[in-house]
Amino acid sequence: MTLEEKKQQVIEDFSMYEEWLDKYEYLIELGKSLEPFPEEEKTEANLIKGCQSRVWLSSSLDGGRLHFKADSDAIITKGIISLLIDVYSGCTPEEIAADDFGFVAQIGLKDNLSPTRANGLVSMIETIKNIASNG
Amino acid sequence: MLVNNIRELFPALDRKVYGKPLVYLDNAATAQRPTSVIDCQAALQRFSNANIHRAVHALATEATQAYEHARDVVRDFLNAADRSEIVFTSGATASVNLVAYSFGQEFVKEGDEIIVSVAEHHSNIVPWQLLCKRNKAVLKVLDIKENGELDMDSLQNLISQKTKIVAISHISNVLGLVNPVKEIVSICHKNGVPVLIDGAQGVVHEKVDVQDLDCDFYVFSGHKLYAATGTGVLYGKKKWLDQMPPFMSGGEMIQTVSFNDTSFAPSPAKFEAGTQNFNAIPTLVPAIEFASAAETDPAILEFIYNKLTDNERVTLYGKGLQNKVPLFSFAVKGAHHEDLALIMDKMGIALRSGQMCAEPLMDRLGVTGLLRASFAPYNTMQEAEYFVKCLDKAIDMLI
Repeated sequence: MTLEEKKQQVIEDFSMYEEWLDKYEYLIELGKSLEPFPEEEKTEANLIKGCQSRVWLSSSLDGGRLHFKADSDAIITKGIISLLIDVYSGCTPEEIAADDFGFVAQIGLKDNLSPTRANGLVSMIETIKNIASNG
Repeated sequence: MLVNNIRELFPALDRKVYGKPLVYLDNAATAQRPTSVIDCQAALQRFSNANIHRAVHALATEATQAYEHARDVVRDFLNAADRSEIVFTSGATASVNLVAYSFGQEFVKEGDEIIVSVAEHHSNIVPWQLLCKRNKAVLKVLDIKENGELDMDSLQNLISQKTKIVAISHISNVLGLVNPVKEIVSICHKNGVPVLIDGAQGVVHEKVDVQDLDCDFYVFSGHKLYAATGTGVLYGKKKWLDQMPPFMSGGEMIQTVSFNDTSFAPSPAKFEAGTQNFNAIPTLVPAIEFASAAETDPAILEFIYNKLTDNERVTLYGKGLQNKVPLFSFAVKGAHHEDLALIMDKMGIALRSGQMCAEPLMDRLGVTGLLRASFAPYNTMQEAEYFVKCLDKAIDMLI
């Protein structure tokens, strides 16, 4: 799938849930099914600043494409970061750097999460962008 | 006052969030405002907006009278001996900073010691920490016991010849236990040490009499007591305020100014430099009138306390119904506080989650954060029951 197709898929998945609690159930499921994150990568350097909960993100470059791994001690946050890394893993750094991450607002996450969480989301996006821009 | 009559005084309680009735349980962060407070501020802004203490015209007189009347009401509320002992600030944080800076400059020298408790809000830690850095003094920490009570046995041992001040909260904003402040003052005074009490939560839940407590300083914020934001009080014994230098300087706090020297007005003007928050400070009057007449249903305290302590999935911090106020911080095994707060928010319940400006206490308790529910006189038993039900539902969603 292309980046655009992946984003469309997420928007479609989310549109199935009208109630906020159902959206959270979905994010909780995503969080629970996220691939385990290596303990040794839970370093200060991989910790994303600006989130109320702790969020770790690591990346690797393989054949010109970025792959992300992530974890959080809060399950809804873990669901959100899982969503982000599913979309952006496998993209080239150029694709990610050029992306506007607008689909996050389209699925309503930015507006409906608490301000601290919204900041956390902003920090997660910033981190992914920084990795894409600076390697 | 019946709770339904109380609720009618608070327009915010009528609103819905996400289509559900708002259940506001973040009162320890800030309380909602009654119509009397909102109207008081609006009337001052609409009709009596003039700078205080300066001009002789009608509006200035009205504004000054409203502001100074608030001082009389606060003096009476705290039972301070003299109105000059009541200094208005922007909040409890500003009040602590004022004392840490001004008292610190006059009385704290290299090698001296200051004592705070491990359960303090950052606002009653960081100003003292900065003072210690500036003056090369030492910050010492009073610990808590397993149930969250202050470890009073070790207070005496912490006090030394070098202790210059002890700064302790009346009620911790996390543990919700009333500290034995009168006993603390008595122990400290026997050793010749003055005491500052952070009353940010204390004035909300306890009747405060500063003369009976005999404390040297007592600080609180208006916004947690139903008044407008940007209103704060510093009570200080006259003997200290007279000796303390100004914290900030500027208009109306001086006696005479020349380029050779400046002499200062006595307290409280000495500590109220610049244009004060004169549209907001008078809201302390209707706020105190409400606070003095209303009490949170004691049945709620007992109900929530028992529900949380009986729930095996929940760990409540701050134990002992005897000294407890309706402010509950807790952890849930296997569920993150932030997840719980987010889910319960969507059920209409406003809670606080995180470190609650008390990181050293979180470290001491061995947690990264907690969930807090804090109740006010306008909260009903039905809301308490709904909170308990939703908490269980949210936990089930997460584990």
